[in-house]
Amino acid sequence: MAKIEVVMPQLGESLTEGTIIKWHKKPGEKVRKDETLLEISTDKVDSEIPSPASGVVTRLLFDEQKTVAVRTVIAEIDTDENAAVTTSVPKAAAPVPAQTAPTPVVTEARRSAPAPQATPVTGRFYSPLVLNIAREEGISMSDLERIPGTGEGGRVSKKDILAYAQSRGKSGAPSPAGAAPAPTGPSAPRIESSLKHVESGDLAKKYPSPEFEILQMSNILQKMSEHMIKSVQTSPHVYAVHECDMTKVDVLRRKHAAAFEKREGFKLTYMPFICDAVIKALKQYPLVNSSIEGDKIILKKFVNLGIAVASDTGLLVPVIKNADERNFVGLARSVNDLATRTRAKKLTPADIEGGTFTITNFGVFGTMVGIPIINQPQVAILGIGSAKKRPVVINDMIAIRTISYFTLSFDHRTIDGALGGSFLEAIVRHLENFDEQQVS
Amino acid sequence: MKNPITYLEAISEGLREEMRRDKSVFLLGEDIGTYGGAFKVTKGFVEEFGEDRVIDTVLAEAAIIGAATGAAIVGMKPVAEMQFADFVTNGFNQLVNVTARYHYRNFIPVPLVVRLPFGAGLRGGPFHSVSPESWFFHIPGLKLVAPSTPFDAKGLIKSAIRDPNPVLYFEHKYLYRHIKGEIPAEEFVVPIGKADIKREGTDLSVITYSAGVHWSLEASELLSKEGVSVEVVDLRSLLPFDEEAILQSVRKTGKVLIVHEDTLTGGIGAEIAAVIGAKAFKYLDAPVERLAAPDTPVPYAPTLEEYFLPNAQKVARAIRRLAEY
Repeated sequence: MAKIEVVMPQLGESLTEGTIIKWHKKPGEKVRKDETLLEISTDKVDSEIPSPASGVVTRLLFDEQKTVAVRTVIAEIDTDENAAVTTSVPKAAAPVPAQTAPTPVVTEARRSAPAPQATPVTGRFYSPLVLNIAREEGISMSDLERIPGTGEGGRVSKKDILAYAQSRGKSGAPSPAGAAPAPTGPSAPRIESSLKHVESGDLAKKYPSPEFEILQMSNILQKMSEHMIKSVQTSPHVYAVHECDMTKVDVLRRKHAAAFEKREGFKLTYMPFICDAVIKALKQYPLVNSSIEGDKIILKKFVNLGIAVASDTGLLVPVIKNADERNFVGLARSVNDLATRTRAKKLTPADIEGGTFTITNFGVFGTMVGIPIINQPQVAILGIGSAKKRPVVINDMIAIRTISYFTLSFDHRTIDGALGGSFLEAIVRHLENFDEQQVS
Repeated sequence: MKNPITYLEAISEGLREEMRRDKSVFLLGEDIGTYGGAFKVTKGFVEEFGEDRVIDTVLAEAAIIGAATGAAIVGMKPVAEMQFADFVTNGFNQLVNVTARYHYRNFIPVPLVVRLPFGAGLRGGPFHSVSPESWFFHIPGLKLVAPSTPFDAKGLIKSAIRDPNPVLYFEHKYLYRHIKGEIPAEEFVVPIGKADIKREGTDLSVITYSAGVHWSLEASELLSKEGVSVEVVDLRSLLPFDEEAILQSVRKTGKVLIVHEDTLTGGIGAEIAAVIGAKAFKYLDAPVERLAAPDTPVPYAPTLEEYFLPNAQKVARAIRRLAEY
């Protein structure tokens, strides 16, 4: 017989405590090695903790919702499956050497997987007009590829696509896949539904049901609250807003969307374009990629790019490590990987650590201009507003361009308006002149 | 409407009406007086208007254009005739360096018209057949018109004379007596800078001018029997050209063939194609095509001249190719 003590793991270097969200086993229940024993919530990440050994759970030392310092013993497992379940606190007489909290692997960190089996694109040529009609009629690239062409070499001519649009119009509504980008965008996650309803004596009197409902702030929300207050108190925030003409990026994204999705297995978004431009600008203005300690500035020689992702448990900022070493496709894969895992709650603690700069894309919720709060200990954060077609003046003519407003919030302890503005302008310049060769 | 008159008669009528209307209008050129002009455009003019207003000059185009420019500067409205457009090269310096830039330099208008009988198809060989419009297309300060019908020929010569700028009037020698048309009995002008849709269609646009209009109309008729609906845009004015009319037609059809008799490289068609590419790219369903003469002198040999010149059959072939694209 051997008794194993389960301790609150340290899921990240800077973490000091964790909250027990849920026990998956009751005392007396058998557990297999690596089977989920409990769920904990730490600073920003909810994690399932696997059992370190097979046996019987003999004691659970803390209730759910309790916050416990790391390395504190929280449960005991007896490897002898016939072990008696103890209901009282064990005698401290025979201390088992405290396990040096090996950080349990929560979920296997998925590497940015190699591209799914690439399906060759048909290689068929589409004239500007045909693509234009497809866009207006909401015909997706995959639908377009299926239209029989009567033009030279099987090309889809104006007549072919118009005939298709007409026949489709008769047979029913356009396929949703072909619809123009949803104007509403993703809806905000319903965080309140993930929070526990609590009965709280005094508060319940002050805010009686059913007019009011009292919810327990999750660990993530409490941490967010702490961080945001701390950030505002630490950094004198300054904001700069630049207009970015996203027309070229939009055109490139649309142009390569179908081939990209076929090759990579996920949709091409604006984000890899923006990440790429940000990385280039950070290399140009390294002071933006720094932190402050006392009267010293710590310059980071690498770019760990944080991407704010809304999830239904709260805001998370997973980090693309060494983002400056990735090419465009690598960035796209990283962004997709992190976003997918954030929503599936499969982030590892390492995923959210060590960011040197953060991008937050509130434009997906329709926000035109936002002013984000810096993610400490970083010194700047970039906010992306919604990209919309707007009339703009180019060479004294009014043109329709896809415009987005970019906000840089920066820490005026080290970054002045000249640097902040130049940095932001560098991002805009990269995006407005995006090199197509990077995309393909 | 009047009985059909020829393209040449339409030019004569326009000239005569303007000379009757405005005493400051006068003509000068080689053999335009007693002889009535090499092509008889001014036949009978010296009898009606006298030698002071119909001036026979020496065989010196620089002198003709120079004198006409001087007269225009002091308020006259000279119409200078180049016997053949080919000879305008002798007056090139006057026209380009003096006439075209005079207003820029001195703020004084130069209301001069230079008539340029041009084009091949009459066995004139390399020195009496040239289409020189693109030489001047590149010169800021000039206006260029090239009518294709009697109506446009009369309406544009009148507008050219009334315009305060130097206007080069390209009259096609082949059209002189080959093309007839009815024109209104009453006074009319055709504005400079406005194209004319000579035939409406939906499948592709042929953009052309002067003799090209007639080849294109004939080709369009052939193609309509094959179920292809062709729109023929007659530019009429080359500089400035009617960009909006061009783009409107391109937006409607999505395919463009540009036709001109002048040689291909650096011709008017190149500029039109560039404008379409820049401003109507997303409306294009096929590459912008050009049909023009090959980059050679106009040949002497009749068989080679036929080979050299575009015609209705060649235009029809090009339209067919484009329609099938």
